[in-house]
Amino acid sequence: MFRNTYDSDNTVFSPQGRLHQVEYALEAVKQGSAAVGLRSKTHAILLALKRSTGELASYQQKMYRIDDHVGIAIAGLTSDARVLSNFMRQQAMSSRMVFNRPIPVNRLVSSIADKAQVNTQEYGRRPYGVGFLVIGGDKTGPHLYEFSPSGNSYEYYAMSIGARSQSAKTYLEKHYEKFVDCNLEDLIRHGLHALRETLQQDKELTINNTSIGIIGPAGEHERNVPSGSPFRILEGEAIDVYLKTMVPKDTGEAPAPAAATGDEPPAGEAAPAPPAGGDGDVQMSED
Amino acid sequence: MPDGSFAHPQERQFNPYSENGGTILAIAGADFTVVAGDTRQSEGYSIQTRYAPKVFKLTDRAVLAVNGFAADGNMFVKKVKQRLEWYRHAHAKDMPLRAIARLIQTMLYAQRFFPYYVYNILGGIEEDGSGAVYSFDPVGSYEREACRAAGAAQALVQPFLDNQIYFKNQQPPAGSSHPVHLPLPDVLSIVIDSFTGATERHIEVGDGLEIFVILAKGRSTQGFDGRSGVQELSTTPEGDRVFVIRRELKKD
Amino acid sequence: MDHFPTNWGRPRNDAHDAFNTYPLHQRPAPHTDTFAEGVQRTQQPIVTGTSVLAIKYKDGIMMTADTLASYGSLARFKSIQRLHAVGESTVIGASGDMSDFQYLQGLLDGLVTDEFTAGDGDALGPAEVHEYLARVLYARRSKMNPLWNSLLVGGVKDGESFLAYVDLLGTTYTASTLATGYGAYIALPLLRQAVEGREATLGADEARRILTESMRVLFYRDARSLNKFQIATVTAAGVDISEPIVLDTAWGFAEGIRGYGGQTQ
Repeated sequence: MFRNTYDSDNTVFSPQGRLHQVEYALEAVKQGSAAVGLRSKTHAILLALKRSTGELASYQQKMYRIDDHVGIAIAGLTSDARVLSNFMRQQAMSSRMVFNRPIPVNRLVSSIADKAQVNTQEYGRRPYGVGFLVIGGDKTGPHLYEFSPSGNSYEYYAMSIGARSQSAKTYLEKHYEKFVDCNLEDLIRHGLHALRETLQQDKELTINNTSIGIIGPAGEHERNVPSGSPFRILEGEAIDVYLKTMVPKDTGEAPAPAAATGDEPPAGEAAPAPPAGGDGDVQMSED
Repeated sequence: MPDGSFAHPQERQFNPYSENGGTILAIAGADFTVVAGDTRQSEGYSIQTRYAPKVFKLTDRAVLAVNGFAADGNMFVKKVKQRLEWYRHAHAKDMPLRAIARLIQTMLYAQRFFPYYVYNILGGIEEDGSGAVYSFDPVGSYEREACRAAGAAQALVQPFLDNQIYFKNQQPPAGSSHPVHLPLPDVLSIVIDSFTGATERHIEVGDGLEIFVILAKGRSTQGFDGRSGVQELSTTPEGDRVFVIRRELKKD
Repeated sequence: MDHFPTNWGRPRNDAHDAFNTYPLHQRPAPHTDTFAEGVQRTQQPIVTGTSVLAIKYKDGIMMTADTLASYGSLARFKSIQRLHAVGESTVIGASGDMSDFQYLQGLLDGLVTDEFTAGDGDALGPAEVHEYLARVLYARRSKMNPLWNSLLVGGVKDGESFLAYVDLLGTTYTASTLATGYGAYIALPLLRQAVEGREATLGADEARRILTESMRVLFYRDARSLNKFQIATVTAAGVDISEPIVLDTAWGFAEGIRGYGGQTQ
């Protein structure tokens, strides 16, 4: 039944100095479908893969709006995510009530990290089984944070969590230096390419299984973005235009469909000599 | 005491309320609503500021005017806005107007024994696309009406609206009848006249005027696109639209 | 309609009888609870500061208050500071109860420490401090246990200057010239005339002169004031609270005023 002797109680260290329950909680995050986050000078975006239990079922919710300037994507236990996102919403509202200012994003992330830490130290509790990617905008521009059930939170240029997120991370690590100067459309395309890496062999990103969350000014395909460009979640038909800009998998030599939509020239992004006609900024994995 | 000064003990209890003057009004049309308020805030004979807004946009189709004790009013608006934000979190859409009206009743009545000393008027567009005005007393009694004035100059403005909007004491020309709803230009003229009149005759009214106009989805801006000082506040041009018109009032 | 003639033409705040109307009939008063005597709350200020004045000018805001804390009509403390810096970009000035003000100073200092320890450079500006004070004062009035102050909050952040008022009821407002207490009756008209419409061009020297002259007028007319005051300046460069300034005043003219000094008839 038990894999370890020291894993039934999260307040007891193993002789190796590890808290097994906390590490299992991190495993719960890896069970969830993947979420990817990345940012440029002007935007921070989230992309997430939604799962469905079957043809008859709806797709799960992977993104939550916290406030006009903050949004999250989750991987792991949705019920835990609801508790934590509710807490974040309360913190954000309280900042607006007491100081009439949007809560600084780093403090919001720290507040849930502190909450999670308590669960790794007190007897009779369990760690949260969910990880977040948090994007937010403030005076210093867009930000991306990762929160994990161990009570850690870090800021990133780009990050992924959830099932097979290592593949997405590999893509992000390869390309992250280019993200800074990307416009929104390029950034989303990078995000979709990273997210695609987490799919199983026979699966595709579709308008049904993909969510995109955005902080930053409206992109050229966006309609009806309220003034102040608050956090918004794109789903369904709205993301079709972005999916179409993706370079098809396993066909490196095919011309980029981006050309068909009349945008996204591959210019300016020096990549190792792409195959003729290929989209230069996308390095396809070999699998 | 012989001089009578101590005949009645003087009570020196802290009074948690004040009265900050000003006047608000709202008029519903067939497919629009107008909500307006002056911007003077006063206490006694002192003008505290010439610009303190009393009318607030809640959603893309709801506007709330508050009048009475300013501290209570501002707090109340803040709390309503937060309740609407929670609704947005839960349902990913704005709360409908009639639901906001009931929410406001509930929130006011919750303070029945320490009331918010404010008169609320809620204006906007219903789900069926009609213009609507809801008016409240400080403890939550409310009803939907075609028009309402409240605040310091209510006694001056409401009779004028009764006459001009409800056609009280007016006989229609033979063989015709009074219109049910007035067109937007007429309503705006009535609003402006109400406030210039109230400014003349009431010391607590004046300085500035903010007129919010909420147009039902698809309605053209015909009726006020020629006017000066119009600013659009709505987030999308496709849905219901909110505009504000700012005017100066006399400052004496 | 108020049917009591002595209520007519009076400020509606019944906390004090400013015009000494005589005789007083019984004024309507809220009913008190049977057990009300069992609870002790602030029902009047004890050691008080008088007016605070503030204006916007070209480079930011300027605020002034004298250094007197009165105990009733006794000039009890003649060298207390009623201007207080909050962080790098805000100053508050207090009239009303000085112990309540000191409590607020403690609260704000704690807040500034918390902001500092967050260490993310997202410091509170004047607008945030004002909102916070409004919440605190409104919460206390709602418990029928007010902090008996009228406060001015001013500052500059991100190139925007900010000036606002908040009092024991939680009432708030902003304007380019503000005054509390007696200053709202005597100094505010002078300030409005001197400043309104010129906020963007008014230089520091003239702003200082306007405030100084207003403090002089107040000293001549407000029996709870002192000719020793400080001026706080907030600009993009930060907060500066001056050393106390003592005004030369001349009372020679008073000899000719009926009811003053030697004259008895």
